Amino acid sequence: METLSSLIMIFIGAALINNFVLHYFVGICPFLGVSKRVDTAFGMGLAVIFVILIASTLSWLFTFFILRPMAPIPVWIWQVAGGNPETTVDLSVLSYIIYIFVIASSVQFVEMYVRKFQPALYESFGVFLPLITTNCAILFACLEIMKNLQDPTMLWGLHEALILALGGGIGFLIAITLMAGIRAELDLCDVPKSLKGAGIALIVAGIMAMAFMGFTGMDRGVEQALSALGSR
Amino acid sequence: MADQPTASERFIQGILPENPVYRQLLGMCPTLAVTNGMKPAMTMVGATAFVLIMSNILVALIRGLLKPHLRILVFTLTIATFVTIADRFLGAYMYEMSKELGPYVPLIIVNCLIISRAEVCASKQSLGTAVADAAGMSLGFGLALASIATVREILGAGTWFGMAVLGSGWPAWGIMVLPPGAFLVLGLLLGGVNWFDDRRKRLAVTASE
Repeated sequence: METLSSLIMIFIGAALINNFVLHYFVGICPFLGVSKRVDTAFGMGLAVIFVILIASTLSWLFTFFILRPMAPIPVWIWQVAGGNPETTVDLSVLSYIIYIFVIASSVQFVEMYVRKFQPALYESFGVFLPLITTNCAILFACLEIMKNLQDPTMLWGLHEALILALGGGIGFLIAITLMAGIRAELDLCDVPKSLKGAGIALIVAGIMAMAFMGFTGMDRGVEQALSALGSR
Repeated sequence: MADQPTASERFIQGILPENPVYRQLLGMCPTLAVTNGMKPAMTMVGATAFVLIMSNILVALIRGLLKPHLRILVFTLTIATFVTIADRFLGAYMYEMSKELGPYVPLIIVNCLIISRAEVCASKQSLGTAVADAAGMSLGFGLALASIATVREILGAGTWFGMAVLGSGWPAWGIMVLPPGAFLVLGLLLGGVNWFDDRRKRLAVTASE
């Protein structure tokens, strides 16, 4: 029960309260660029969820076994090589390079696989895949996972990392789909000429961010409800 | 390469005519995230300028060796190296600021601005042009962030660089330093820049007639 409620908290936190787009401002480029039509926006959102799950799994594995302070593999190599066992072995200086490498190569492999074996899927979201490499949301998820793995009191497991990634991806999907719906309606409105395009999109995003601020405090309510459920 | 812009043209273009934020809409994520005050915004500009200039220098030096299908990967890894240096430097000498900027310093890696400059300018032109281009773009990025941060900090807290500007009677507009304020201010400033530009073009047309 304890773990389940903490997982639900992580999910709601990433998807609604601290929405990746509207609270942390990551993934703004596709949010403004690919939100002109609802179906393409939805495809982009699904592609992001797909890649974010793969990249987070890989980055959790790399962080847990190699990159965090006193990770098992470098410590073992250090001791086999005859190093002083008292020394703290910390490879976290390499994390950014490894993460961006993992993201770029996993996007490449996913694109190749999808193009070869799932032509229908490639038709629907293949065109967005290369764009995702420079989508900050993916790297941001990896960095959050790293932060929670390097802190010895948190030490997230793979399930927590995956729930965070799923929540973030679904939050992105919700935000970009809502945005595309609003922009489709905006086409019929008389927007001042200088605000057309990105200007009005940013103002709409500001109003959406205000609406999403209404979710603040929801985590406490859910926590109380869950603990009441657990004690019954 | 006769039709490529020269170093001084590149420098001038980066500041206003091709301003990275207002004209090209690049690097939006730090633009929105760290402009709740002048201090974090200027630290961010410093870190971005360092990474942009260093990566442009390195890419311009190795441009003869680049293979077309691997170039984006090489750019990203180059940028990631310099971002690690900038992040460690901030952590060592400006610890409080590096805590406040949090994940946005490593997120410089995926700032489209830096990759696009490597692709458009540094991988095609000589070292001097690449440096001038990076300096101009950094200045343009700095001006854009400063304009947004000025509006947000003065309206949101009544201060500028931590100095009181509007007096203690100012009812701080809390929304301005929260996420929605970033979107609203950037949207309105973008509209203002477009309006000003249109007006200047109209005036130029009427003057020539």
